[in-house]
Order: sequence, then C-alpha cells, then structure tokens
Amino acid sequence: MIRTPLRPLARILSARQKGENPDTIERENLRLRHEEIRDRGRARAEVRLLFLSLGFLAAFSTIGARMGLLAATEPVEPRSAAAGAQILATRADITDRNGRILATNMQTYALYAQPRDMVDPGRVARELAKIFPEIDPVAMERRLTDGRTFLWIRRVMSPEQMQRVHEIGDPGLLFGPREMRLYPNGQLAAHVLGGASFGAEGVSSAEVIGTAGIEKALDARLRDPAQAGTPLELSLDLTLQAAVEEILGTGMTMLNAKGAAAILMDVKTGEILSLASLPAFDPNDRPNPLVKGDPGDSPLFNRAVQGVYELGSTFKIFTVANAMNLGLVSPETMVDANAPRRWGKFTIKEFQNKNYGPLLSVENVIVKSSNVGTANIALMVGAERQAAFFQSLGFFDPTVIELVEAPGAKPIVPKRWPDITTITTSYGHGISASPMHLAVAYAAIANGGVKVTPTLLHGGVAQNGPRVMTAETAAASVRMLRGVVEHGTATLGDVPGYQVAGKTGTAEKPSRTGGYDEDKVVNTFASLFPADDPKYVLVVTLDEPVETSGSEPRRTAGWTAVPVAGEIIRRAAPLLGLRPVVEPPPVDGLTAVSN
Amino acid sequence: MTEMVYGSMPSRVTEPVLPRWWRTIDKWSMTCIMVLFGIGLLLGLAASVPLASRNGLEPFYYVQRQAFFGGIAMAVMLGISMMTPAMVRRVGVMGFALAFVAICLLPFIGTDFGKGAVRWFSFGFASVQPSEFLKPGFIIVVAWLMAASFDLNGPPGKTASFAIAMVVVGLLAMQPDFGQAALVLFGWGVVYFVAGAPMTLIAIVVGLVVVGGFAAYESSEHFARRIDGFLTPDLDPRTQLGYATNAIQEGGFFGVGVGEGQVKWSLPDAHTDFIIAVAAEEYGLILVLVIIALYTTVVVRSLMRLTKERDPFIRLAGTGLACIFGVQAMINMGVAVRLLPAKGMTLPFVSYGGSSVIAAGITAGALLAMTRMRPQGKMGDIFGRGGR
Repeated sequence: MIRTPLRPLARILSARQKGENPDTIERENLRLRHEEIRDRGRARAEVRLLFLSLGFLAAFSTIGARMGLLAATEPVEPRSAAAGAQILATRADITDRNGRILATNMQTYALYAQPRDMVDPGRVARELAKIFPEIDPVAMERRLTDGRTFLWIRRVMSPEQMQRVHEIGDPGLLFGPREMRLYPNGQLAAHVLGGASFGAEGVSSAEVIGTAGIEKALDARLRDPAQAGTPLELSLDLTLQAAVEEILGTGMTMLNAKGAAAILMDVKTGEILSLASLPAFDPNDRPNPLVKGDPGDSPLFNRAVQGVYELGSTFKIFTVANAMNLGLVSPETMVDANAPRRWGKFTIKEFQNKNYGPLLSVENVIVKSSNVGTANIALMVGAERQAAFFQSLGFFDPTVIELVEAPGAKPIVPKRWPDITTITTSYGHGISASPMHLAVAYAAIANGGVKVTPTLLHGGVAQNGPRVMTAETAAASVRMLRGVVEHGTATLGDVPGYQVAGKTGTAEKPSRTGGYDEDKVVNTFASLFPADDPKYVLVVTLDEPVETSGSEPRRTAGWTAVPVAGEIIRRAAPLLGLRPVVEPPPVDGLTAVSN
Repeated sequence: MTEMVYGSMPSRVTEPVLPRWWRTIDKWSMTCIMVLFGIGLLLGLAASVPLASRNGLEPFYYVQRQAFFGGIAMAVMLGISMMTPAMVRRVGVMGFALAFVAICLLPFIGTDFGKGAVRWFSFGFASVQPSEFLKPGFIIVVAWLMAASFDLNGPPGKTASFAIAMVVVGLLAMQPDFGQAALVLFGWGVVYFVAGAPMTLIAIVVGLVVVGGFAAYESSEHFARRIDGFLTPDLDPRTQLGYATNAIQEGGFFGVGVGEGQVKWSLPDAHTDFIIAVAAEEYGLILVLVIIALYTTVVVRSLMRLTKERDPFIRLAGTGLACIFGVQAMINMGVAVRLLPAKGMTLPFVSYGGSSVIAAGITAGALLAMTRMRPQGKMGDIFGRGGR
C-alpha cells in the first residue's frame, strides 16, 4: 500500500516559501480523506439499507398475508364444542389369535382447574381431597390460589369420582375427555403387552403412547389412523396363556423359585402361542422401574426375552447334532466318557462326580447328560465349526421378536474360542442366551432342521428359513431327546399320549464374587412334542428353584422345571387340538366272534 | 463588529426555521405517524371501555388520557423534528444518560404493579417505564460512537457501543424484560450492520444461530417442545393468543361493526398488546392492512431516504430509530397472528399507554429530524468525483 502523506513535503516547502501556513494543507488533506471515507461508507450503506428495507417490506407483507389468511378462515368456537370428534379411537386394539381382546381403549375424563374462574378454592381443595385420597388439601389450595391460570388435577378417573367432582359444583373445575388404554385381562400376558401412557396432552385430547413390550415396539402401527379400526392380532392364545401362567405360578411357588419363564412356540411358523414371565405386573398400573438393585429382580423384567442365562445341558443336543450333521458320529457311535477328564488345568466332572465311562454311546451321552462325553464330541467338531453352528442357530444375535425389550437382550458370547471354551460351551457354560433363543434353536431341531424367526403376530405360515441341519440329523436328535424323557433325566415330564421329548439343563448361577454359586441355579427344560411329528416347542425356565420334598434339597431341572413343563403340556396339548396317541386296548380282552 | 456595522454580513444566512422545516421534512412519514395516532385513538374508543368499566371509571376515561398524552407526544415529535441533527445528538445523549440512571434506580424505587417485573416508576397520576425512553437515546449514542469511529484517529466507537449495549441488555434482562433487551440488542445490531459490519462476521453469527438453534432443537426436549408447541396449528382457545386468533377470524374482511366486537371483553391486554385483534374484529382486515401499510411506509421511506445521506451519524441514527420503530410494530402484530412466539410489546402510537406513546413520539421525532432533506452533493455524485 502506498501511504499518501497528509503533509506532502513539496507543498509544505513551497507554502513556507510563499509565507502561507502549512497547517492548512494538512487540514485540507484530512478533509478530503474524510470525505472519501464517507463516500465509501455511503456506497456500502446504500446496499445494506436497501437490504433492510426489503427485509421490512417482506416481513410486513408476511404479516399482512397471514392476517388475510386468518381473516379468510372460518372462526371456531373458543371452547370447542366439537371436541368429542377429535377423540377418535386412534389407537388400535390388540387381540389374541382368536380375536379376544387383550388391550383396548376406554373413554374417561381428565380433571383440570382454571383457578381464575373458581368461586371458593379452599372448599374445592377440601372436597377434592375427600374424593382423591392422594391430594393434600393444604398444598392443593396453595396451588389453586398462587395466581396460575391452569392446573392439571387428575389424568384419569372413574365415573363415580367424576360424578362427585360434578357435585362440588365449582365452575373452575373442568373435564377433558381422555382415551385410556385398558388391559381387561390384568396381569395376563403383561410382558408381551407392556403398557401405555399419555404422551402430549391437551385439554381436549391426549395421545396414548406405548411404553414397553409390543405396545412400544409396534407403536407406529397401533397409532396409524388408517389401521385404527383393524385390531392388531397377536399369535398368543389367551386360554393357553392363562393356563401356562397359572401352572408356572404354582410351580414357582411350590419350588420356591424367585422367577420363572415359559415360551410355547409353533415350530413351523415361529408363532409364539404363549409367553410368560413371572413375577408379573398389571399393565393397567405399571409399576415404576427399580431405581437400585438388580433390574432383573423387577417384575417389569421379561425373563423369557431379556433374561440372559447360561442354559446348561440343554446345549448338549446342539453339540451332538452338529457332530452328526458333519458325519463325525452317529447315535450309536461310542465315545470316550471317562470322568473326570483333565484338560490343561481344568477338570471336567459329571453330575455328583459319577463316571459313565469308559465308553458311552452318543445317544446315552444325551440321555444321561454326560459332560465328558459331550466335551469329547465337541473336541472332535472343533472350535470353528462349533461357533459357526451356534451362530447359525441364532445364539450370537438378539432375537428379532416384536418386543421393544428384545434388541437390548444380547447374548453373552465368548470372544475367543480356545479348546476350553469349546468344551464348556458344548454343555452350555460360558455362553449365555435367553429362553427365547433356546426356543428358536429347539424349533429348528423339531421342524426338521430349518431356522425360524419367532413372531408374536398371528397369521404366520410355515417358514422357509435357512437350513441349519439335515432332516435326518434333526430326526435323530428328536429321537435322542425322546429317550431323555423316556428313561433319562426328564422322566417326570412324560405326558402319556403326547410323546414329550426334551433336554434338561441345570446351570449354576455366576456369583457376584466370581465363580459359581452352588445353591443358586437356573433350571431349564427345553421340550418338544409330540415326538413322532413335533409341532410345538416349550421352554420352561425356573430361577433359583429348590425341590424340598425329599431328604435333601434337590436343585436339578429333572425335579423342578421338568414336572412343571409336564403339567403345562398336559393342560396345553388338548387346548392345542393335539390328539393323544392311545395304546390299542389289549387283544386278550376281546372275544373273537364269528357268524 | 465592523462587518455588522457596515452591513457587509447578511442579516440572515438561512431561511426561517419553520418554512425550512416544512420544506425539508418527510411529509409522508409524518402524516402516516399522525394517522396511526388517530387510529390509536379510534381503537381506544372501542378497546379501553371494558378496562374503564372494570376499574369503575367513566367509559372514555382512558381515551381522554391517551388524547392528552398523545397531544404531548405529537408536540414532542414536532419539536424534536425541528432540531438539527447535532442538537438531536446532544439531547439524545443526555436523555440516554437520564434514562440509564433511572433504570439503575429501578430496583430501589421502582414498582412492579404486581406483575412480577420491576419496570415502572409510579408517580400517582401516571407511571413511567424508563426503558421505553432509553431506546431512542441508546440508538443515538450508538450511532454517534460508530460514526465517530470512522474518523481518522477517532475513538474505538464500535467496541464502546457494544459494551454499552451489553450493559443495557444486562440491566433490562435483570428486570426481567427480555422483550426490550432483545429490541435494544437488535437496534445495536442494525446500526452496526449499516456501519459496515464485516460480512464474514455476519455469516459466522448467522451460522452460529442456525446451528445453535438446530442443536438445541435436537438435544433439548424442552426446547423442542416449546418450538413444536409454537409451530403446531392447534391452539388452546382459552389463551390470549387463542382469543386474538379467533377475533381476527370473526372480523373477516370488513369486521363485525364498530363497537360490536367481543374480544375486548375477554382479553385483559386488549388495549395494549392485542389492540390489533380489536382492530381486526371491529373493522376487519381492511383497517389492519391500512395499519400495516402505514408502518411499512414510515420504515421503508425513511430507510430509502437515508440511503442518500452522506453524514454517517445521521444515517446510522436514522436507521436505528426506523428499525426499532418498525420492529416493535412487527413483533406486536407478528405475535397476534402467531408468526412469532408470545412477547409483550406495544404497537407504537396505536397501543394505549402514556410512556409508550411519548417515547414513540420521541423516537419518531428524532427519526423525522434525521430524514429531513439536506444538500448531499448530488452533482458531485453525478460527475463521479465527489467534489474533489
């Protein structure tokens, strides 16, 4: 930049020669420079001022246009009398597979106050406290008189309460219509339904939004106005659900368990016919989540879907099925079952330190539930193929069932598969999954080797999922599982006529201090029936049960989960329309007659 | 002395004050302002009757008061508009100092009239809201500082004015009066914008506001709900806004008729913040559009005249005054039609209120003083050399 001096030397000198004051030259230059700055500023300001003018013009035009628009629309009554029209049954009902109502809407009223219109706030507060015990008359009067213009008092209330509020007769108390979600069956299927609460609230209506379970998972479908008239039909069967919950609850009480879960599933369509988790809650009055302690102890916790447990010996059939599928063994193959087996620094023992060895047929490994035999089969299979097989059965990912809790229940899978992991996972330790995972995997065995996707929606057809094992392997596995019930660890679960097949699992719970608690177990019985053409899978899980009728407490699944499952099948099978296979009457009771 | 005695100096160097004033004043804007005041009185006849009857006064008590204060306001406006810009500057700076002291004293001797915010001085027969008087003075001070900063070796006027703005905003926010605080901040921003705020700074501020707004919307549920509540077409009809909207709809294009309106009976602020709703109900869209057109004329005409102004102080002061005048009207009407979130702001000259109308008179007078015609070296512009 060239600096132009305010006092150019040549002019100053010549001015001095002429005897003029050189300061006038400086002042003159300063004036010119200021004028230049002003002109520049004006040019810039001109554009910006035009911009401002346009801005104001646009803003005022918008306001004018908006006024015109408002003036052109028809006015509505300030206190909209047509409010009822807005309160449509906007949330669809939920029914079971036979159309019986599981969740519906009920018209009720919310109570609010406009203290400015109130005649006697003190009396109103006292009367309200008589009707609604949770209201404190002193606090309510303070709130009614502190100058606010609007106050919610109750979200919902019964018709009787509404009548009594009417009888207070104060013009400042007003009612707003409400759609309320109602679960007429109370605790039945509570964990599937979840619950609903109010979202955005206005005076004349409030939106109902799902807070848990299928209400939340399918919230968009349930709130879709286009489908509001069509109920959401679940695959559950209300009768079955009631039977399952009743028996499970009785079993849980008798066996002193702290929790229980059961899943009954159609093996071909993947439809869940019953899903129970105990203790349950009433979705009409959903309890608050626990703020401390283990959330798994809350009744809100869905053990069937969210509960991730080590499922124990129920996994043995997967190891064996995998080996058979790979052609490594057949049911008759004899494997080494010499217990205890040492592997590095670990010792693998059988239940009660038995020894089924030295050699045991593969079928008997399952029937007698031999840890060592399963471990040796798993070592034949190898880590890579075992992990791949578990993955194909779905044990590596959360289940995709239509519950909002499902995606959060990730199975706990070992990160690496050294040989010891191969061994422990072969009998269901060191890998944790939910009962729902187990039901899906057993369904694959039961339906001839196809993986199904579980669903809670009715109308499923036989699924054509990926094949995870050959039909022969599946059939052989079912025969072994039948053997377990006929003369193995689950004889208490045999229901005459329905050919129950299944596998028990007893897993000690990991203790908080590390290692395993010996007297805290999770007992599981994964069963399928009828064995000659499996149609249903039933998984029953009991949390910390103990059977005390004998001389010493028994904690194995064969004494706890199995009889409960047997009772469920005894009740459920006829409801499912299964025909019992009855032995033909003995021949010698007949007399041959010839004519 | 010699020159005076021998008459070589002309006895008058300029033409008389009044003829020159009449010749140079922006007659359109002045007329618009007077019409607005007239409309305000007309609406007061309708809107303030319920208030008077509620307070047990004769029906047109408030109209008389408004006419009295409005008369003072008109006189003040004409008086100020006759001043030279330098005089306006002197008076404005002194007025700002006075108002500033008054605002500082508010927490000690102010009153809140039971509304929760200490904004008024009560003098028995009338009450004064000093923040109304602060605004024109503030704009003049800011314009003065910024204009001075253009001079070579001038003071750091932009920084100084920003500091003053922050102090004033802080004082107003403490009352709390966020509406006036926002208005003051806006006034400073407009003056700074016309004084040549760097484009990059403007872009950064706009970007920050947009990003910040979106971030707040995404992250804060409370904020999002407020915005959604404002954007939602449903409206609780028992709120002031609900009544105002309903009144505009009732009025339609030609109104329900003079004195037939209902909204003034249900709205507590019908004579101040929601007077436009009364206008819309009784006189219809026609009068509302006239009012809007009057404000638009004042603001846009003033700004257009200022584009030709050479003197930076006059230009900046005029811009700031025109903009706070226009924006106040804009916010008031924008709230009534739900284009803007609810914020108490009077409609200059139209709303009832002594302080409000006199302060508006001061603002308008100063604005008219700034927009008077002056020799601007137009010939120099035409020849492209600016007189050099």
